[in-house]
Amino acid sequence: MFPDWFNSRPIRAAVDNALEWVVKYWGGALEAAAHPLLILLNSIERFLLAVPWWVLILFFTVAAFGATRKAALPIVVFVSLIFLGVMELWEDAVKTMALMVAATLTAIVFSLPIGILMARSALVRRIVMPILDLMQTLPSFVYLIPTVMVFGPGKVPALIATIVYAAPPLVRLTDLGIRLVNPNVLEAATAFGADRRQRLFGVQIPLALPTILAGINQTTMMALAMVVIASMIGAGGLGYQVLQGIGRLEVSRGLFAGLGIVALAIIFDRITQAYGKQLQARIGVTGEVR
Amino acid sequence: MSAVIEAKNITKIFGESPETAVRMLEQGSSKADVQAETGQVVGLNRVSIAVEPGEIFVVMGLSGSGKSTLIRHVNRLIEPTAGEMWVNGRNVLELNESDLRTFRRNELAMVFQNFGLLPHRSVIDNVAYGLEIRGAEKAERRKKAAHWIERVGLAGYEESQPHELSGGQQQRVGLARALAMDTDILLMDEAFSALDPLIRSGMQDELKTLQRELNKTILFISHDFDEAVKIGDRIAVLNDGAIVQCDKPENIILKPADDYVAEFVRDVNKARVIHVGSIMEKDIETPCDHNVVGAASCEDVLPLFAEHDWVGVTDEFGQRIGRITAKRVIAALARHAA
Repeated sequence: MFPDWFNSRPIRAAVDNALEWVVKYWGGALEAAAHPLLILLNSIERFLLAVPWWVLILFFTVAAFGATRKAALPIVVFVSLIFLGVMELWEDAVKTMALMVAATLTAIVFSLPIGILMARSALVRRIVMPILDLMQTLPSFVYLIPTVMVFGPGKVPALIATIVYAAPPLVRLTDLGIRLVNPNVLEAATAFGADRRQRLFGVQIPLALPTILAGINQTTMMALAMVVIASMIGAGGLGYQVLQGIGRLEVSRGLFAGLGIVALAIIFDRITQAYGKQLQARIGVTGEVR
Repeated sequence: MSAVIEAKNITKIFGESPETAVRMLEQGSSKADVQAETGQVVGLNRVSIAVEPGEIFVVMGLSGSGKSTLIRHVNRLIEPTAGEMWVNGRNVLELNESDLRTFRRNELAMVFQNFGLLPHRSVIDNVAYGLEIRGAEKAERRKKAAHWIERVGLAGYEESQPHELSGGQQQRVGLARALAMDTDILLMDEAFSALDPLIRSGMQDELKTLQRELNKTILFISHDFDEAVKIGDRIAVLNDGAIVQCDKPENIILKPADDYVAEFVRDVNKARVIHVGSIMEKDIETPCDHNVVGAASCEDVLPLFAEHDWVGVTDEFGQRIGRITAKRVIAALARHAA
């Protein structure tokens, strides 16, 4: 047994009390602060549900064709979406899609500036890196419970948990992409008198874009991986169906909803990846001039 | 006549505490001594050059000699440890950040060894890049860019992406981008070094042709002595961060300052560089069937010796100033071949 050097109970109690204090005095303020997230998620969900099913199918099929210029991916996308509809999973799939899109958009808004700051300052990188490691390795239930205590069960904590889990790769890849920009190109821009803003928006971000896009792809995938857990605290959608399937020992319900999640993953992954490749080809294979 | 670019005792030390290194250099220590004693790397050791308006001034040296470091001091991409850099009558090192940007945008343009093109922009947008940074209107910059693309022989490639072009074509884009700035000063950092020999030679000829018309002040960095001799009005030879010799190509070839310079001179085609005017006999009496101007190279007169034992030498107005014999040409060429 590890010797009982000191009593850790006060520390635990302090943490618990602190959370209770936050819930009591800051709960309302935090909820108000997170309200825009709810508005974002609800409007995306409402929009996607208002759009006729065939328009959505058409949109994704055309997007797949635009990304690859081949028949294979559009066919896969088309069949996957028809599968979701036929299996009566359309509404759930759209809700899951809305959660994923909302989480990804929010992650982009936060991650890009943080990634850019990291690329510019070694100090910022030293501070942010361990936080990212923590976000990716801390079991999600650990922060899920406090989030639910603060915001109450519902879509907001689900969305926040999804963002916490899904944002780190985008931050990392934004930082990496900007640091990997060919220094010769950057030097040329400086020599012609470009200021920091002109270098950032005219050179660094465009050249880092393929890497940033890979980060967005990662974020969408990780957001999808969170949907089952998110459904435990009030997010509906395919995750909720899986959860119910488990709860009721209805294998078929869990299986088909699970396959639905896979279908969504394939659609978003392949389309974003194909656009990333297109972008890379446009600026040369490695983004480097030789 | 005042110099357009004037470096005064530029010293660059790479390391944490350069003060002792600078003091050692001032007391005459060599780059190797300083590095052994302080661990600091000497980039440039009290380099002074003065580039006159309208000339092509070549800084020549092997890798590690500090030549690329030197050219980056002119537009202050690198800050010196000590010394002054005067460009167009102003000390560049005294400019604040915003004045420095204005200076870079308006007074000089640079061509890079690795081209430094923006891979996500078309050729015409690359050529227009400097003008865009300067704040020129879109219509104006596209017009100028199109003009320079045509001048460097890339008409028809306006909408291509850089990676679709060959190395030689990419450097033409780099050159057009610099020329489009319409600055009096052009900095060329090993601009042709990454190109294949034939393409390189062609670009050198084109640069000379362009220069006859544009008459810019060009600071050209090269590791290739042949290139320096071919395009340079004057050459500064750099070794271990210090200038070893700075003179007209012909003078360097005729009188290399030390063994280091002599090593380069040995492999150069002297017949092309040595002018008959500088090795002729001052004999204006002996009658000659054929005359050449003093600026003609040995290479130019060699064919004449098939029929004549000597030819007369005149100045640019046709006035006889001397006589050149086959023996003298052979002696001049042979002296350095040994």
